[in-house]
Amino acid sequence: MKETFNKKIYNALNERFQLDNLVSFLKHKSVPKYRNTIWYYFGGISLLLFIVQVATGILLIMYYKGSEDLAYESIKFINAKVSFGWLIRSIHSWSANLMILAVFVHMFSVYFLKAFRKPRELTWYTGVILLFLSMGFGFSGYLLPWDQLAFFATKVGTDIAGQLPFVGDFLLKLLRGGEDVTGATLSRFFGLHVALLPGVFVVFLSLHLIFIQRQGMSEPEDWKNKKESEKTTIPFFPNFTVHDLLIWLIVINILAILATFFPWELGPKADAFVSAPVGIKPEWYFLFMFQSLKYIPAKVWLIEGELLGILGFGLAGLLWVLVPFWDSKTPKGKRNKIINYVGIFAISFIIIFTILGYLLD
Amino acid sequence: MTYKKKNQIKNGEKTRRDFLNILLSGGFIAWVGAVVYPLISYLRPPQVEVVKVNSVNIGKITDMDKDSGKIIKFGNDPVIVIKLSDGEFRAFSASCTHLDCIVQYRKDYGQIYCACHNGRYDLHGRNISGPPPAPLAKYEIAIKNDEVTVYKPSA
Repeated sequence: MKETFNKKIYNALNERFQLDNLVSFLKHKSVPKYRNTIWYYFGGISLLLFIVQVATGILLIMYYKGSEDLAYESIKFINAKVSFGWLIRSIHSWSANLMILAVFVHMFSVYFLKAFRKPRELTWYTGVILLFLSMGFGFSGYLLPWDQLAFFATKVGTDIAGQLPFVGDFLLKLLRGGEDVTGATLSRFFGLHVALLPGVFVVFLSLHLIFIQRQGMSEPEDWKNKKESEKTTIPFFPNFTVHDLLIWLIVINILAILATFFPWELGPKADAFVSAPVGIKPEWYFLFMFQSLKYIPAKVWLIEGELLGILGFGLAGLLWVLVPFWDSKTPKGKRNKIINYVGIFAISFIIIFTILGYLLD
Repeated sequence: MTYKKKNQIKNGEKTRRDFLNILLSGGFIAWVGAVVYPLISYLRPPQVEVVKVNSVNIGKITDMDKDSGKIIKFGNDPVIVIKLSDGEFRAFSASCTHLDCIVQYRKDYGQIYCACHNGRYDLHGRNISGPPPAPLAKYEIAIKNDEVTVYKPSA
């Protein structure tokens, strides 16, 4: 009875939307099974955490007030008065950080597995755009509680943007909504965080996912010469999906533990006439850049050291993004060791300077 | 370990699969509860404490013209104060009993009027025409040393 009812619904929908195609597509989709399969889960983890961000973000908007006078007080209200408000906020903050972490792991694994090579260049580019948008989410969201750390982080962050040649001044005013970080900046960041960025993000996320569905999972380099029968794969549905769900469950548990036992703090309210607190640091994912800028002398030849650092990071980032262009060996089926060396260097650089940033003041 | 085939399982006998199904679906239901309960509590807005107002001073008798009305803040509630042509003060809740719009004093009608759906009340707050289903709640007026004070009606 139940069976036939489900069948009827399926048939009715199938008649209208040709579900059979979708089902056979899902049946044939497979994921390569080898020692690196574990890395294939990090895209899904990032997606899960993004969904958590959307859900908790919508909840926070119900009580958050995006204005200079009310932002801090509304966060206090959420933390203290709203039932489970502290939990929702804590989940949103923790999930944001875990999402950036998952996105970084996802990116590096794609890089080392050379999954960016033809025909998946566009998946790589959209992925990089999603990474930058995620960092934009982090940067803009960080200001919204309008506490002291947020205030100075935004001052420093927008100042760095302001040092760019030619466009710096315009960019600084565009971001700040004026000369200084004020309530105008808060309004702009709020708009960015809840309207502009989510809209753009969803577009690129959809493209990213459509590309993946269209092309299937990337296979390891050395499978190129293997026969189809020699390749070990697992079906995407249900096997990989069930694994995916299990990992999502684990991530949700980690998130719940972190959010409950280490609730996100709220510092003192932002004040434009108070000194920056000693030992102030940016969010961990900006820390390696922040720290390395400290080691560059004030002037290198005729260029300002800071500017040199920023341009250096810009150039390195650009080269990283364009890896499908300059990696000419991998598409020809040859091993390109330079790719690995560059990747190892990038990871070591990020890890070392992040640690330095935490150890030294 | 031997697994019984489907047709060998007697009616009503619990299998390992049934047990797992109960465990999993029970766990899932518990999980949904653990998500939905905080969610619903979060969505219910917390009670915001409002300072209880029992009386509001609206100034001197001469501050208001005869045959006029104005809306004052009585705590969180709007109240309409009317000075009749003979100088008498009256006060009513300014929330229309129909759909909560704020009423006004209309000199030309000599009535209290709600612009949203043409509701009318007489100068005793009684609903006399249009959709309002009930009269406006009356507030009390006290005049002392030429100062006008609006009081909440004693319940």
